Amino acid sequence: MQHTAIVFLEFGAVLLGLGVLGAFALRVGISPIPLYLLAGLAFGTGGVVPLATSQEFISVGAELGVVLLLLTLGLEYSADELVTSLRGNATSGLVDLVLNAAPGAVCALLLGWGPVAAVAMAGVTYATSSGIAAKVLSDLGWLGNRETPTVLSLLVFEDLTMALYLPVLTALLAGLSLASGAATVGIALVTVSVVLVVALRYGRFIEAFVASPNSEVLLLKVVGLALLVAGLAQTLQVSAAVGAFLVGIALSGQLAHDTRTLLEPLRDLFAAVFFVFFGLQTDPAKILPVAGPAALLAFAGMITKLLTGAFAARRAGIAKAGQARAGIALIPRGEFNIVIAGLAVAAGAHPDLGPLAAAYVLILAAFGPLAAKLVQPLITAVARRA
Amino acid sequence: MGRTVDIEQTALPGIGLRHEFTTQSGKRVGVVSHRTGRRDLVIYDKDDPDRVCETVRLNDEEAEALVELLGAPRIVQRLNELHQQVEGLVSLQLPIPPGSPYVGRPMGDARVRTRTSASIVAVVRGGTVFASPGPAFVFAANDIVVVVGGADSTAEVADILARG
Repeated sequence: MQHTAIVFLEFGAVLLGLGVLGAFALRVGISPIPLYLLAGLAFGTGGVVPLATSQEFISVGAELGVVLLLLTLGLEYSADELVTSLRGNATSGLVDLVLNAAPGAVCALLLGWGPVAAVAMAGVTYATSSGIAAKVLSDLGWLGNRETPTVLSLLVFEDLTMALYLPVLTALLAGLSLASGAATVGIALVTVSVVLVVALRYGRFIEAFVASPNSEVLLLKVVGLALLVAGLAQTLQVSAAVGAFLVGIALSGQLAHDTRTLLEPLRDLFAAVFFVFFGLQTDPAKILPVAGPAALLAFAGMITKLLTGAFAARRAGIAKAGQARAGIALIPRGEFNIVIAGLAVAAGAHPDLGPLAAAYVLILAAFGPLAAKLVQPLITAVARRA
Repeated sequence: MGRTVDIEQTALPGIGLRHEFTTQSGKRVGVVSHRTGRRDLVIYDKDDPDRVCETVRLNDEEAEALVELLGAPRIVQRLNELHQQVEGLVSLQLPIPPGSPYVGRPMGDARVRTRTSASIVAVVRGGTVFASPGPAFVFAANDIVVVVGGADSTAEVADILARG
Protein backbone atom coordinates (compact mmCIF):
# COMPACT_ATOMS: atom_id res chain seq x y z
CA MET A 1 0.00 0.00 0.00
CA GLN A 2 0.95 3.57 -0.48
CA HIS A 3 2.73 5.31 2.40
CA THR A 4 0.19 8.14 2.65
CA ALA A 5 -2.68 5.72 2.58
CA ILE A 6 -1.26 3.75 5.49
CA VAL A 7 -0.63 6.91 7.50
CA PHE A 8 -4.22 8.02 6.94
CA LEU A 9 -5.61 4.61 7.80
CA GLU A 10 -3.60 4.34 11.01
CA PHE A 11 -4.11 7.94 12.09
CA GLY A 12 -7.78 7.86 11.23
CA ALA A 13 -8.30 4.67 13.19
CA VAL A 14 -6.53 6.19 16.21
CA LEU A 15 -8.61 9.38 16.13
CA LEU A 16 -11.85 7.50 15.65
CA GLY A 17 -10.96 5.23 18.54
CA LEU A 18 -10.24 8.30 20.71
CA GLY A 19 -13.59 9.75 19.76
CA VAL A 20 -15.38 6.62 20.89
CA LEU A 21 -13.37 6.59 24.14
CA GLY A 22 -14.15 10.28 24.66
CA ALA A 23 -17.87 9.58 24.29
CA PHE A 24 -17.57 6.82 26.87
CA ALA A 25 -15.66 9.12 29.27
CA LEU A 26 -18.37 11.73 28.86
CA ARG A 27 -21.11 9.24 29.69
CA VAL A 28 -19.33 7.92 32.78
CA GLY A 29 -18.33 11.44 33.79
CA ILE A 30 -14.57 11.04 33.99
CA SER A 31 -11.69 12.83 32.30
CA PRO A 32 -10.82 11.29 28.91
CA ILE A 33 -7.07 11.70 29.56
CA PRO A 34 -6.56 8.30 31.26
CA LEU A 35 -8.46 6.62 28.42
CA TYR A 36 -6.30 8.34 25.80
CA LEU A 37 -3.22 7.11 27.64
CA LEU A 38 -4.61 3.58 27.69
CA ALA A 39 -5.32 3.82 23.96
CA GLY A 40 -1.73 4.88 23.36
CA LEU A 41 -0.50 1.94 25.43
CA ALA A 42 -2.64 -0.45 23.40
CA PHE A 43 -1.29 0.83 20.08
CA GLY A 44 2.38 1.48 20.68
CA THR A 45 5.56 -0.36 21.42
CA GLY A 46 4.69 -3.81 22.68
CA GLY A 47 0.99 -3.03 22.43
CA VAL A 48 -1.81 -4.96 20.78
CA VAL A 49 -1.67 -3.11 17.45
CA PRO A 50 1.75 -1.53 16.86
CA LEU A 51 1.57 1.54 14.62
CA ALA A 52 4.60 1.43 12.37
CA THR A 53 4.10 4.06 9.72
CA SER A 54 2.29 6.95 11.32
CA GLN A 55 4.39 7.17 14.47
CA GLU A 56 6.57 9.92 13.05
CA PHE A 57 3.52 11.94 12.03
CA ILE A 58 1.97 11.40 15.44
CA SER A 59 5.16 12.52 17.18
CA VAL A 60 5.04 15.91 15.41
CA GLY A 61 1.36 16.15 16.24
CA ALA A 62 2.21 15.46 19.87
CA GLU A 63 4.74 18.32 19.95
CA LEU A 64 2.07 20.60 18.49
CA GLY A 65 -0.29 19.33 21.17
CA VAL A 66 2.07 20.42 23.95
CA VAL A 67 2.47 23.88 22.42
CA LEU A 68 -1.30 24.30 22.05
CA LEU A 69 -1.99 22.96 25.56
CA LEU A 70 0.38 25.48 27.07
CA LEU A 71 -0.77 28.33 24.82
CA THR A 72 -4.42 27.88 25.83
CA LEU A 73 -3.38 27.51 29.46
CA GLY A 74 -1.55 30.84 29.23
CA LEU A 75 -4.64 32.40 27.65
CA GLU A 76 -6.66 31.45 30.74
CA TYR A 77 -4.74 33.90 32.86
CA SER A 78 -3.85 37.53 32.46
CA ALA A 79 -0.47 38.75 33.67
CA ASP A 80 -2.28 40.76 36.37
CA GLU A 81 -3.91 37.65 37.77
CA LEU A 82 -0.57 35.88 37.89
CA VAL A 83 1.09 38.67 39.81
CA THR A 84 -1.86 39.10 42.22
CA SER A 85 -2.08 35.43 43.05
CA LEU A 86 1.68 35.27 43.43
CA ARG A 87 1.53 38.04 46.03
CA GLY A 88 -1.45 36.74 47.96
CA ASN A 89 -0.72 33.04 48.00
CA ALA A 90 3.03 32.70 47.98
CA THR A 91 3.10 30.82 51.30
CA SER A 92 0.43 28.30 50.32
CA GLY A 93 2.06 27.97 46.91
CA LEU A 94 5.41 27.13 48.48
CA VAL A 95 3.79 24.59 50.82
CA ASP A 96 2.14 23.04 47.76
CA LEU A 97 5.48 22.90 45.96
CA VAL A 98 7.44 21.36 48.84
CA LEU A 99 4.78 18.84 49.92
CA ASN A 100 3.99 17.59 46.44
CA ALA A 101 7.37 17.67 44.75
CA ALA A 102 8.95 15.72 47.60
CA PRO A 103 7.27 12.31 47.03
CA GLY A 104 8.39 12.15 43.38
CA ALA A 105 11.93 13.25 44.13
CA VAL A 106 12.27 10.86 47.07
CA CYS A 107 10.83 8.00 45.02
CA ALA A 108 13.29 8.58 42.16
CA LEU A 109 16.21 8.72 44.58
CA LEU A 110 15.08 5.56 46.40
CA LEU A 111 14.85 3.74 43.08
CA GLY A 112 18.39 4.94 42.33
CA TRP A 113 17.53 6.93 39.22
CA GLY A 114 19.84 9.80 40.08
CA PRO A 115 19.31 13.52 40.76
CA VAL A 116 18.12 14.56 37.26
CA ALA A 117 15.35 11.98 37.26
CA ALA A 118 14.49 13.12 40.79
CA VAL A 119 13.92 16.65 39.51
CA ALA A 120 11.73 15.30 36.71
CA MET A 121 9.73 13.05 39.04
CA ALA A 122 9.30 15.98 41.45
CA GLY A 123 7.51 17.79 38.63
CA VAL A 124 5.43 14.73 37.79
CA THR A 125 4.02 14.46 41.31
CA TYR A 126 3.78 18.22 41.92
CA ALA A 127 1.43 19.74 39.39
CA THR A 128 -2.34 19.44 39.68
CA SER A 129 -4.10 19.28 36.34
CA SER A 130 -5.74 22.70 36.14
CA GLY A 131 -7.92 21.44 33.30
CA ILE A 132 -9.37 18.49 35.22
CA ALA A 133 -9.56 20.46 38.49
CA ALA A 134 -11.50 23.28 36.82
CA LYS A 135 -13.87 20.73 35.33
CA VAL A 136 -14.40 19.05 38.71
CA LEU A 137 -15.18 22.42 40.32
CA SER A 138 -17.64 23.26 37.58
CA ASP A 139 -19.31 19.83 37.38
CA LEU A 140 -19.88 19.55 41.12
CA GLY A 141 -21.16 23.10 41.42
CA TRP A 142 -18.19 24.10 43.59
CA LEU A 143 -17.33 27.22 41.59
CA GLY A 144 -19.23 29.49 43.96
CA ASN A 145 -17.78 27.84 47.07
CA ARG A 146 -15.71 30.04 49.32
CA GLU A 147 -12.65 27.76 49.16
CA THR A 148 -12.60 27.84 45.36
CA PRO A 149 -10.58 31.07 44.91
CA THR A 150 -7.88 29.47 47.06
CA VAL A 151 -7.83 26.37 44.85
CA LEU A 152 -7.69 28.45 41.67
CA SER A 153 -4.90 30.64 43.04
CA LEU A 154 -2.88 27.54 43.82
CA LEU A 155 -3.39 26.34 40.24
CA VAL A 156 -2.18 29.69 38.93
CA PHE A 157 0.82 29.52 41.23
CA GLU A 158 1.65 26.03 39.98
CA ASP A 159 1.42 27.06 36.36
CA LEU A 160 3.72 29.99 36.99
CA THR A 161 6.14 27.72 38.83
CA MET A 162 6.11 25.52 35.72
CA ALA A 163 7.28 28.46 33.64
CA LEU A 164 10.42 28.50 35.78
CA TYR A 165 10.67 24.76 36.34
CA LEU A 166 10.47 23.59 32.71
CA PRO A 167 13.54 25.55 31.54
CA VAL A 168 15.52 24.27 34.52
CA LEU A 169 14.45 20.70 33.77
CA THR A 170 15.23 21.10 30.06
CA ALA A 171 18.73 22.31 30.90
CA LEU A 172 19.30 19.45 33.35
CA LEU A 173 18.00 16.85 30.90
CA ALA A 174 20.25 18.19 28.16
CA GLY A 175 23.07 16.95 30.41
CA LEU A 176 24.93 20.20 30.26
CA SER A 177 27.96 20.77 32.44
CA LEU A 178 27.42 22.70 35.64
CA ALA A 179 28.71 25.99 34.20
CA SER A 180 26.83 25.93 30.90
CA GLY A 181 23.83 24.44 32.66
CA ALA A 182 23.80 27.34 35.08
CA ALA A 183 24.15 29.73 32.14
CA THR A 184 21.17 28.13 30.39
CA VAL A 185 19.06 28.30 33.52
CA GLY A 186 20.12 31.93 33.89
CA ILE A 187 19.08 32.67 30.30
CA ALA A 188 15.81 30.86 30.92
CA LEU A 189 14.99 32.82 34.05
CA VAL A 190 15.90 36.13 32.41
CA THR A 191 13.80 35.27 29.34
CA VAL A 192 10.80 34.29 31.44
CA SER A 193 11.02 37.45 33.56
CA VAL A 194 11.52 39.68 30.50
CA VAL A 195 8.53 38.17 28.73
CA LEU A 196 6.40 38.52 31.87
CA VAL A 197 7.36 42.18 32.24
CA VAL A 198 6.73 42.79 28.53
CA ALA A 199 3.36 41.06 28.84
CA LEU A 200 2.44 43.16 31.87
CA ARG A 201 3.58 46.49 30.49
CA TYR A 202 3.31 46.17 26.73
CA GLY A 203 0.79 43.34 26.32
CA ARG A 204 -1.55 45.75 24.54
CA PHE A 205 0.98 46.29 21.72
CA ILE A 206 1.18 42.56 21.09
CA GLU A 207 -2.59 42.47 21.24
CA ALA A 208 -2.85 45.36 18.79
CA PHE A 209 -0.61 43.45 16.39
CA VAL A 210 -2.44 40.16 16.73
CA ALA A 211 -6.03 41.45 16.91
CA SER A 212 -8.18 40.97 13.86
CA PRO A 213 -11.93 40.91 13.31
CA ASN A 214 -11.41 37.94 11.01
CA SER A 215 -11.13 34.70 12.95
CA GLU A 216 -8.96 33.06 10.28
CA VAL A 217 -6.37 35.83 10.44
CA LEU A 218 -6.47 35.80 14.25
CA LEU A 219 -5.96 32.04 14.36
CA LEU A 220 -3.00 32.13 11.97
CA LYS A 221 -1.35 35.05 13.75
CA VAL A 222 -1.68 33.55 17.24
CA VAL A 223 -0.60 30.04 16.31
CA GLY A 224 2.22 31.45 14.19
CA LEU A 225 3.44 33.68 16.99
CA ALA A 226 3.20 30.86 19.53
CA LEU A 227 5.16 28.44 17.35
CA LEU A 228 7.80 31.07 16.57
CA VAL A 229 8.33 31.90 20.23
CA ALA A 230 8.20 28.19 21.12
CA GLY A 231 10.90 27.45 18.55
CA LEU A 232 12.98 30.36 19.76
CA ALA A 233 12.60 29.18 23.35
CA GLN A 234 13.62 25.67 22.36
CA THR A 235 16.73 27.02 20.64
CA LEU A 236 17.64 28.85 23.84
CA GLN A 237 17.04 25.56 25.74
CA VAL A 238 14.14 27.23 27.57
CA SER A 239 11.63 24.59 26.45
CA ALA A 240 9.13 25.20 23.68
CA ALA A 241 6.20 24.69 26.06
CA VAL A 242 7.22 27.67 28.17
CA GLY A 243 7.50 29.90 25.11
CA ALA A 244 3.94 29.07 24.10
CA PHE A 245 2.72 29.56 27.69
CA LEU A 246 4.25 33.04 27.79
CA VAL A 247 2.62 34.03 24.50
CA GLY A 248 -0.70 32.96 26.02
CA ILE A 249 -0.11 35.12 29.09
CA ALA A 250 0.80 38.16 26.99
CA LEU A 251 -2.67 38.09 25.42
CA SER A 252 -5.59 38.97 27.70
CA GLY A 253 -9.14 40.25 27.84
CA GLN A 254 -11.59 39.80 25.00
CA LEU A 255 -8.81 38.87 22.58
CA ALA A 256 -7.70 36.01 24.81
CA HIS A 257 -11.27 34.84 25.11
CA ASP A 258 -11.82 34.89 21.33
CA THR A 259 -8.52 33.14 20.69
CA ARG A 260 -9.26 30.45 23.22
CA THR A 261 -12.60 29.70 21.62
CA LEU A 262 -10.87 29.46 18.24
CA LEU A 263 -8.03 27.30 19.49
CA GLU A 264 -10.04 24.87 21.59
CA PRO A 265 -10.96 22.38 18.83
CA LEU A 266 -7.40 22.46 17.50
CA ARG A 267 -5.99 21.96 20.99
CA ASP A 268 -8.36 19.10 21.77
CA LEU A 269 -7.28 17.31 18.60
CA PHE A 270 -3.54 17.64 19.11
CA ALA A 271 -3.63 17.24 22.90
CA ALA A 272 -5.37 13.90 22.39
CA VAL A 273 -2.63 12.98 19.93
CA PHE A 274 -0.07 13.98 22.55
CA PHE A 275 -1.53 11.70 25.22
CA VAL A 276 -1.69 8.85 22.73
CA PHE A 277 1.89 9.48 21.69
CA PHE A 278 3.07 9.29 25.28
CA GLY A 279 1.21 6.02 25.62
CA LEU A 280 2.72 4.82 22.33
CA GLN A 281 6.23 5.31 23.67
CA THR A 282 5.43 3.41 26.83
CA ASP A 283 5.64 -0.35 26.78
CA PRO A 284 2.55 -1.67 28.58
CA ALA A 285 4.54 -4.70 29.74
CA LYS A 286 6.71 -2.31 31.77
CA ILE A 287 3.77 -0.84 33.66
CA LEU A 288 3.01 -3.90 35.73
CA PRO A 289 6.43 -4.03 37.48
CA VAL A 290 6.11 -0.35 38.49
CA ALA A 291 2.43 -0.62 39.47
CA GLY A 292 3.33 -1.02 43.16
CA PRO A 293 5.49 2.12 43.44
CA ALA A 294 3.01 4.01 41.25
CA ALA A 295 0.10 3.13 43.55
CA LEU A 296 2.11 4.12 46.61
CA LEU A 297 3.15 7.34 44.92
CA ALA A 298 -0.43 8.08 43.93
CA PHE A 299 -1.56 7.49 47.51
CA ALA A 300 1.15 9.83 48.78
CA GLY A 301 0.13 12.32 46.10
CA MET A 302 -3.45 12.31 47.36
CA ILE A 303 -2.42 12.81 50.97
CA THR A 304 -0.04 15.66 50.16
CA LYS A 305 -2.64 17.47 48.05
CA LEU A 306 -5.25 17.03 50.80
CA LEU A 307 -2.78 18.54 53.27
CA THR A 308 -1.98 21.37 50.85
CA GLY A 309 -5.66 22.13 50.30
CA ALA A 310 -6.38 22.06 54.03
CA PHE A 311 -3.44 24.36 54.78
CA ALA A 312 -4.28 26.89 52.06
CA ALA A 313 -8.02 26.91 52.82
CA ARG A 314 -7.46 27.25 56.57
CA ARG A 315 -5.30 30.31 55.90
CA ALA A 316 -8.21 31.76 53.95
CA GLY A 317 -10.51 31.21 56.96
CA ILE A 318 -12.41 28.27 55.50
CA ALA A 319 -14.04 25.71 57.81
CA LYS A 320 -13.12 22.00 57.95
CA ALA A 321 -15.49 20.77 55.24
CA GLY A 322 -14.26 23.42 52.82
CA GLN A 323 -10.64 22.54 53.64
CA ALA A 324 -11.33 18.94 52.67
CA ARG A 325 -13.01 20.01 49.43
CA ALA A 326 -10.03 22.23 48.54
CA GLY A 327 -7.70 19.27 48.97
CA ILE A 328 -9.89 16.93 46.93
CA ALA A 329 -10.16 19.40 44.07
CA LEU A 330 -6.37 19.50 43.89
CA ILE A 331 -5.88 15.72 43.58
CA PRO A 332 -6.25 15.20 39.80
CA ARG A 333 -3.01 15.10 37.82
CA GLY A 334 -2.96 15.17 34.05
CA GLU A 335 -1.48 17.03 31.13
CA PHE A 336 1.43 18.82 32.80
CA ASN A 337 2.69 15.72 34.52
CA ILE A 338 2.73 13.86 31.23
CA VAL A 339 4.41 16.82 29.51
CA ILE A 340 7.18 16.67 32.11
CA ALA A 341 7.54 12.90 31.88
CA GLY A 342 7.50 13.23 28.09
CA LEU A 343 10.44 15.64 28.21
CA ALA A 344 12.36 13.27 30.47
CA VAL A 345 11.61 10.24 28.30
CA ALA A 346 12.63 12.10 25.13
CA ALA A 347 15.94 13.03 26.78
CA GLY A 348 16.58 9.37 27.62
CA ALA A 349 15.82 9.26 31.32
CA HIS A 350 15.55 5.94 33.19
CA PRO A 351 13.38 3.51 31.15
CA ASP A 352 11.01 2.99 34.06
CA LEU A 353 10.25 6.72 34.44
CA GLY A 354 7.76 6.79 31.56
CA PRO A 355 5.71 3.79 32.73
CA LEU A 356 5.75 5.00 36.34
CA ALA A 357 4.53 8.47 35.36
CA ALA A 358 1.90 6.95 33.07
CA ALA A 359 0.57 4.70 35.84
CA TYR A 360 0.64 7.58 38.33
CA VAL A 361 -1.34 9.90 36.07
CA LEU A 362 -3.68 7.06 35.07
CA ILE A 363 -4.59 6.53 38.72
CA LEU A 364 -4.91 10.18 39.73
CA ALA A 365 -6.55 11.54 36.58
CA ALA A 366 -9.22 8.87 36.86
CA PHE A 367 -9.52 8.70 40.62
CA GLY A 368 -9.32 12.43 41.45
CA PRO A 369 -12.65 13.47 39.90
CA LEU A 370 -14.28 10.24 41.04
CA ALA A 371 -13.13 10.80 44.64
CA ALA A 372 -14.55 14.29 44.56
CA LYS A 373 -17.91 13.00 43.39
CA LEU A 374 -18.04 10.18 45.95
CA VAL A 375 -16.80 12.16 48.93
CA GLN A 376 -18.98 15.23 48.38
CA PRO A 377 -22.14 13.88 50.12
CA LEU A 378 -20.03 12.48 52.94
CA ILE A 379 -18.42 15.84 53.71
CA THR A 380 -21.78 17.55 53.61
CA ALA A 381 -23.29 15.01 55.98
CA VAL A 382 -20.41 15.36 58.44
CA ALA A 383 -20.55 19.15 58.26
CA ARG A 384 -24.30 19.06 58.92
CA ARG A 385 -23.87 16.94 62.01
CA ALA A 386 -21.11 19.10 63.44
CA MET B 1 -33.88 52.10 53.99
CA GLY B 2 -30.60 52.95 55.67
CA ARG B 3 -28.69 49.63 55.55
CA THR B 4 -26.45 49.32 52.54
CA VAL B 5 -25.61 45.85 51.28
CA ASP B 6 -21.99 44.83 51.68
CA ILE B 7 -21.09 43.08 48.46
CA GLU B 8 -17.90 41.05 48.56
CA GLN B 9 -16.04 40.70 45.28
CA THR B 10 -13.60 37.83 44.71
CA ALA B 11 -11.53 37.14 41.62
CA LEU B 12 -11.67 33.58 40.28
CA PRO B 13 -8.48 33.32 38.20
CA GLY B 14 -9.15 31.71 34.84
CA ILE B 15 -12.91 31.76 35.34
CA GLY B 16 -14.19 35.22 36.19
CA LEU B 17 -15.59 37.01 39.22
CA ARG B 18 -17.76 36.18 42.19
CA HIS B 19 -19.96 38.64 44.09
CA GLU B 20 -21.75 37.68 47.27
CA PHE B 21 -23.61 39.18 50.19
CA THR B 22 -25.65 38.13 53.23
CA THR B 23 -29.31 39.06 53.36
CA GLN B 24 -30.91 40.53 56.46
CA SER B 25 -32.50 37.14 57.16
CA GLY B 26 -29.05 35.54 57.21
CA LYS B 27 -29.09 33.83 53.81
CA ARG B 28 -25.95 34.14 51.76
CA VAL B 29 -26.36 34.59 48.01
CA GLY B 30 -23.88 35.26 45.23
CA VAL B 31 -23.33 35.52 41.52
CA VAL B 32 -20.47 33.84 39.67
CA SER B 33 -19.78 35.79 36.48
CA HIS B 34 -17.92 33.67 33.96
CA ARG B 35 -15.82 35.35 31.30
CA THR B 36 -17.81 33.46 28.73
CA GLY B 37 -20.89 35.46 29.71
CA ARG B 38 -22.46 32.63 31.70
CA ARG B 39 -23.88 33.66 35.07
CA ASP B 40 -24.45 31.36 38.02
CA LEU B 41 -26.81 32.47 40.75
CA VAL B 42 -25.63 30.65 43.87
CA ILE B 43 -27.13 30.17 47.32
CA TYR B 44 -24.95 29.10 50.23
CA ASP B 45 -25.64 26.24 52.61
CA LYS B 46 -26.77 27.31 56.08
CA ASP B 47 -24.89 24.48 57.79
CA ASP B 48 -21.69 24.86 55.78
CA PRO B 49 -21.40 28.52 54.80
CA ASP B 50 -18.44 27.79 52.52
CA ARG B 51 -20.53 25.51 50.31
CA VAL B 52 -22.96 26.39 47.57
CA CYS B 53 -26.10 24.26 47.95
CA GLU B 54 -27.97 25.59 44.94
CA THR B 55 -26.60 26.79 41.60
CA VAL B 56 -28.87 28.34 38.99
CA ARG B 57 -27.18 28.61 35.64
CA LEU B 58 -28.37 31.62 33.61
CA ASN B 59 -27.62 32.59 30.03
CA ASP B 60 -27.48 36.24 28.90
CA GLU B 61 -31.20 36.61 28.27
CA GLU B 62 -32.23 34.88 31.49
CA ALA B 63 -29.83 37.00 33.55
CA GLU B 64 -31.24 40.14 31.96
CA ALA B 65 -34.81 39.02 32.63
CA LEU B 66 -33.97 38.43 36.29
CA VAL B 67 -32.32 41.84 36.56
CA GLU B 68 -35.43 43.49 35.17
CA LEU B 69 -37.71 41.63 37.52
CA LEU B 70 -35.64 42.52 40.56
CA GLY B 71 -34.36 45.93 39.50
CA ALA B 72 -37.37 47.77 38.04
CA PRO B 73 -39.03 49.05 41.20
CA ARG B 74 -35.66 49.65 42.83
CA ILE B 75 -34.44 52.20 40.32
CA VAL B 76 -37.44 54.47 40.78
CA GLN B 77 -37.25 54.02 44.54
CA ARG B 78 -33.57 54.89 44.56
CA LEU B 79 -34.26 58.02 42.53
CA ASN B 80 -36.83 59.12 45.04
CA GLU B 81 -34.29 58.64 47.81
CA LEU B 82 -31.79 60.64 45.81
CA HIS B 83 -34.37 63.37 45.52
CA GLN B 84 -34.71 63.54 49.28
CA GLN B 85 -31.01 63.36 49.93
CA VAL B 86 -29.58 66.00 47.64
CA GLU B 87 -30.63 69.58 48.17
CA GLY B 88 -31.52 71.31 44.91
CA LEU B 89 -31.59 68.12 42.83
CA VAL B 90 -34.97 67.14 41.51
CA SER B 91 -36.05 63.88 39.95
CA LEU B 92 -39.36 63.94 38.13
CA GLN B 93 -41.39 61.23 36.49
CA LEU B 94 -42.86 62.87 33.39
CA PRO B 95 -45.41 61.15 31.16
CA ILE B 96 -45.22 61.35 27.38
CA PRO B 97 -48.76 62.40 26.52
CA PRO B 98 -50.28 60.72 23.45
CA GLY B 99 -50.24 64.09 21.67
CA SER B 100 -46.53 64.70 22.29
CA PRO B 101 -44.45 65.48 19.17
CA TYR B 102 -41.87 62.92 20.33
CA VAL B 103 -44.13 59.85 20.22
CA GLY B 104 -42.45 57.41 17.84
CA ARG B 105 -39.32 59.55 17.59
CA PRO B 106 -35.86 58.81 19.03
CA MET B 107 -34.93 60.46 22.30
CA GLY B 108 -31.98 62.21 20.66
CA ASP B 109 -34.42 64.41 18.68
CA ALA B 110 -35.61 66.12 21.86
CA ARG B 111 -32.00 67.20 22.70
CA VAL B 112 -33.05 67.39 26.32
CA ARG B 113 -29.63 67.66 27.88
CA THR B 114 -28.40 70.33 25.45
CA ARG B 115 -31.48 72.44 25.86
CA THR B 116 -32.09 72.13 29.61
CA SER B 117 -28.96 70.50 31.16
CA ALA B 118 -31.25 67.96 32.87
CA SER B 119 -30.71 64.23 32.18
CA ILE B 120 -33.10 61.48 31.28
CA VAL B 121 -31.92 58.58 33.44
CA ALA B 122 -34.65 56.02 32.74
CA VAL B 123 -37.86 55.38 30.88
CA VAL B 124 -40.62 53.28 32.42
CA ARG B 125 -42.90 51.54 29.96
CA GLY B 126 -45.66 49.25 31.21
CA GLY B 127 -43.81 48.21 34.35
CA THR B 128 -40.46 47.70 32.62
CA VAL B 129 -37.63 50.12 33.32
CA PHE B 130 -35.20 51.02 30.54
CA ALA B 131 -32.27 52.35 32.54
CA SER B 132 -29.98 55.00 30.96
CA PRO B 133 -31.60 54.96 27.51
CA GLY B 134 -29.40 56.06 24.61
CA PRO B 135 -30.23 58.80 22.07
CA ALA B 136 -31.60 56.13 19.72
CA PHE B 137 -34.27 55.07 22.24
CA VAL B 138 -37.70 55.61 20.64
CA PHE B 139 -40.44 57.11 22.82
CA ALA B 140 -43.94 55.68 22.85
CA ALA B 141 -47.14 57.30 24.09
CA ASN B 142 -47.67 56.94 27.86
CA ASP B 143 -43.98 56.25 28.57
CA ILE B 144 -42.89 57.66 31.92
CA VAL B 145 -39.61 59.54 31.58
CA VAL B 146 -37.48 59.86 34.71
CA VAL B 147 -35.55 63.13 34.63
CA VAL B 148 -32.89 64.33 37.05
CA GLY B 149 -31.66 67.92 37.27
CA GLY B 150 -32.30 71.30 38.84
CA ALA B 151 -35.87 72.46 39.60
CA ASP B 152 -35.99 74.83 36.60
CA SER B 153 -34.44 72.52 34.05
CA THR B 154 -36.65 69.54 34.94
CA ALA B 155 -39.71 71.76 34.55
CA GLU B 156 -38.42 72.77 31.11
CA VAL B 157 -38.15 69.11 30.18
CA ALA B 158 -41.81 68.62 31.05
CA ASP B 159 -42.60 71.44 28.63
CA ILE B 160 -40.45 70.01 25.87
CA LEU B 161 -41.95 66.55 26.14
CA ALA B 162 -45.50 67.89 26.09
CA ARG B 163 -45.16 70.54 23.38
CA GLY B 164 -41.82 70.08 21.63
